[in-house]
Amino acid sequence: MGFIYRRSILTLLSISTFLALWQGLAWYLNAETLPSPVTVAKVLITEIQSGQLSYHLSKTLYRLSISFSIAMLLGCAIGIVLGRHQKLNTFLDNWLVIFLNIPALVTIILCYVWFGLTETAAILAVVINKLPNVIVTIREGARSLDTELLDMAKCYRFSKSKTLRHVIWPQLHPFVMAATRSGLALIWKIVLVVEMLGRSDGMGYQLHLFFQLFDVASILAYTVAFITLIQGIELLILRPLDKHAQRWRR
Amino acid sequence: MNNLTINILDKSYTTPTDKNSKQVIKNFQLNLANNEFICLVGPSGCGKTTLLNILAGLDETFSGNIALSESQTLPKVGYVFQNPRLLPWRTVQENIELASEAKIETLDFLLESMGLATEKNTFPAHLSLGMSRRVAIIRAFAMDPDLLLMDEPFVSLDPPTARQAQQLLIDLWSKRPHKVLFVTHDLREAITLADRLIFLHSNPMSVIREIPVSIPRSERQNEVKIEQFRQQLFIDYPEITTLL
Repeated sequence: MGFIYRRSILTLLSISTFLALWQGLAWYLNAETLPSPVTVAKVLITEIQSGQLSYHLSKTLYRLSISFSIAMLLGCAIGIVLGRHQKLNTFLDNWLVIFLNIPALVTIILCYVWFGLTETAAILAVVINKLPNVIVTIREGARSLDTELLDMAKCYRFSKSKTLRHVIWPQLHPFVMAATRSGLALIWKIVLVVEMLGRSDGMGYQLHLFFQLFDVASILAYTVAFITLIQGIELLILRPLDKHAQRWRR
Repeated sequence: MNNLTINILDKSYTTPTDKNSKQVIKNFQLNLANNEFICLVGPSGCGKTTLLNILAGLDETFSGNIALSESQTLPKVGYVFQNPRLLPWRTVQENIELASEAKIETLDFLLESMGLATEKNTFPAHLSLGMSRRVAIIRAFAMDPDLLLMDEPFVSLDPPTARQAQQLLIDLWSKRPHKVLFVTHDLREAITLADRLIFLHSNPMSVIREIPVSIPRSERQNEVKIEQFRQQLFIDYPEITTLL
């Protein structure tokens, strides 16, 4: 218990130091472009009360979860197949390199040009940006699968779905978690750009608006809200999932 | 009587480094009677594991034939690997159930007879090596196979633990008899367990001697008798000394 207590004290200390530094700097510069944490907090509260924040945040969250789910599902499936089939992998590896190196902005622009300024185009653009990363991560996992356990499954005549669920998936778990974490960090940044360029709601759209108005306090208020949300996902969803999946370790 | 005929004419490997293929098994013939316990004894690296992998259907690149006499089909195989190969993320019970359709009574009976009744919900990381090996044996028995393969399942256990495991195995096998192919290079272990000893030599592997163990099962715990039998083997068949 002492350890956890000390840790939470340290966390508290670290965050308050950060806020103090910010406050000090804002005070010292006394500029329109760096509002103090107090000002930002006030804006945050007004935005929450007006319902604006939750409206735009939920739009962004919706796009985030849809594109994230599609990218993860497709990426895992393709990654496993490529990791297990050497020839197919050699063939498709070049495609993967191409897609990995297309700048996110290019994909977004092309999707909007080809498919119009629609919701589908927006989500497609995010998926295409994220997919190659998931594939590469999962492929590494699928390559390093334990052949001894696969042989065991074959000898004991495990069905394909049984092998996938009980032999392959647990081994891929660390890779899936890595793809999830890096994916979340990447996707929300891309979603904002997508929204900024071609949507009329969501965080990205709002940020663009505030930029035109030079409203830095609002920009920071939305940022704080978003960081809190992403941390919330990590603490409330990812960590417990991780803990459950790792329970067999000594 | 559902016998198992094993007839492997040729099994060769080609390594990527040199293009010459190396013959591992040549004209290996063996007939297992119903519920017969056979120990394969031979030098390490002689191809015993390759043979077991062929029998388990894990290696299909060989010429020859394996079939049960009644159905002319491949046997359903329970394989106890040298490493236990349990799924670390599944409990003891889940590991056994995944590999078989054993009823819960069967499962409890097997766990009980292997002294693991209390470990049902334990994850393999918390078991000792000896216990993990016993779980692997239960897993093989639970599927009620046509043929049980055991690849040195008691190697690197300390002698008392190994003896205890041997005894548990034989007790279980007497209650649930199956055809067994048990690979070992410990002749005492082989004499303790087997109905029949098969001596193998390597490069390529083939049978050089088949010797039935004449000690009755009731007297197998007597180590003096086992030792006498072993000494007599060396006198009667001096060629086997080079194999051990």
